[in-house]
Amino acid sequence: MVSFSAVAKRYPGGQEALKDVSFQLGAGELAFLTGRSGAGKSTILKLIPGIERPSAGSVVVNGQNVGALKRGAIPYLRRNIGLVFQDQKLLYDRSVYDNVMLPLAFSSHAPKEAARRARAALDKVNLLGREKANPIQLSGGEQQRLAIARAVVNRPALLVADEPTANLDADSAARILEIFVAFNQVGATVLIATHDQALVARYGKRVLQLEGGRIR
Amino acid sequence: MSAWLRQHRHAFSSAMRKLSVLNALVIGIALALPAGGYALLDSLRPAGARLALEPRISLFLEPQTRRVDADALGKRLRADPRIAEVRFIPREDALKEMAAVQGLPEVIAALGRNPLPDAFVVTSKEDIAGELARLPGVARVQADAVWARRLAAATAILELGIALLASLLGAGLVAVTFNTIRLQILTQRAEIEVSKLIGATDAFIGRPFYYLGLLQGLVGGVVALALIALALMLLNGEVRVLAESYGSSFRFGFLSAPEASAVVLFAALLGWLGARLSVGRHLRAIEPQ
Repeated sequence: MVSFSAVAKRYPGGQEALKDVSFQLGAGELAFLTGRSGAGKSTILKLIPGIERPSAGSVVVNGQNVGALKRGAIPYLRRNIGLVFQDQKLLYDRSVYDNVMLPLAFSSHAPKEAARRARAALDKVNLLGREKANPIQLSGGEQQRLAIARAVVNRPALLVADEPTANLDADSAARILEIFVAFNQVGATVLIATHDQALVARYGKRVLQLEGGRIR
Repeated sequence: MSAWLRQHRHAFSSAMRKLSVLNALVIGIALALPAGGYALLDSLRPAGARLALEPRISLFLEPQTRRVDADALGKRLRADPRIAEVRFIPREDALKEMAAVQGLPEVIAALGRNPLPDAFVVTSKEDIAGELARLPGVARVQADAVWARRLAAATAILELGIALLASLLGAGLVAVTFNTIRLQILTQRAEIEVSKLIGATDAFIGRPFYYLGLLQGLVGGVVALALIALALMLLNGEVRVLAESYGSSFRFGFLSAPEASAVVLFAALLGWLGARLSVGRHLRAIEPQ
């Protein structure tokens, strides 16, 4: 599903975020990406949906070489990847429900089917009762769950999350991780970046540890 | 309904919500100036254009000229290569024409005899009036060429002025739309960034802005037509009083249906162009970090 081969990433200005990263993530796998802040976790997550492009090496997602994709092909790559960000990137000028509807606006689903999917996604993250609320009225954990609902509403094969439990209390963090595990159990490939070693240890899943720009 | 149609409807209604009355008014006023000027000039054109195209010279013969001499003169005029057309008006015909005018038959009857001379009307692009006046048997020459040419020149200047004004304000319309769309894109920066992250194409994100530019131009065009109609109505109220004092029924006419549609379509097109330039430049600049 995701394959990094000898990937290096240098940012303009000479900062070398990744030196030589190679790993493979099989379809249906769930893995944690750990490392200190600044180790390059976010860079890896940005390379997958083509937000950044590798300076060297190749990133292959769903059989597509992301580094070589034309600008016009990137949106279609992203439609098959559910992205969850540390800062959620919710839109506060519309309701919870409309936030989840956003990815459905350019899918080919009929309105009824789109509405059904949006409700199903909200149901899975246990926010069905809050669909008319504004995201600003939600707690931190609820906002993160809303971000997950938006990421999964189009049923992507791959879910990528950047520090989804940062700034959350242990209870909320555990609930968030349970949701990811549930998606993995129904077949989604999941990659979660986190610096919370204790949380990772509890699940006993595969761990990719980043150190000095390399996977250890 | 197909997904394509649904997306366009979505973009259209999104653009409708952002349509600003004030912007449409600015565009309408800017367009009303050249389009209204054109309407005014167009009303004045029929008389002026005909005269300018065929400057005519009237030759009135001496009253006692015999028909034989008149015919000889006609032959001579027709042989002149500088003269495009020669028309002979016998004095009897001239009298009949005059009698057809309201109120004059009584005057003519009172005269008892035909006071009109034979005449030639010639058409020439060249200034030969002075030369024609010296021909034997010619009593008087009346040339409308000089003032017709002046009128044509003045009309041409006005037309050029309107064309310049139209291009300037057209460019202004594009600039206004460009800026409106730029501000709108900046306002929706967060939404655009998220849309890009979840896989919206540039075409999908840009579509509401294209519609906004198009609609803004379209509404501006309609506003311009309304302003012109209002201005003409006010003007014609005064023009009627003046024209009637000259026995004329002259009025300034509104733009013809094709012209009015052209104004609206042109405005919409320029709005779309402004949106396209703005989207092309500003949408790409927003990339998720």
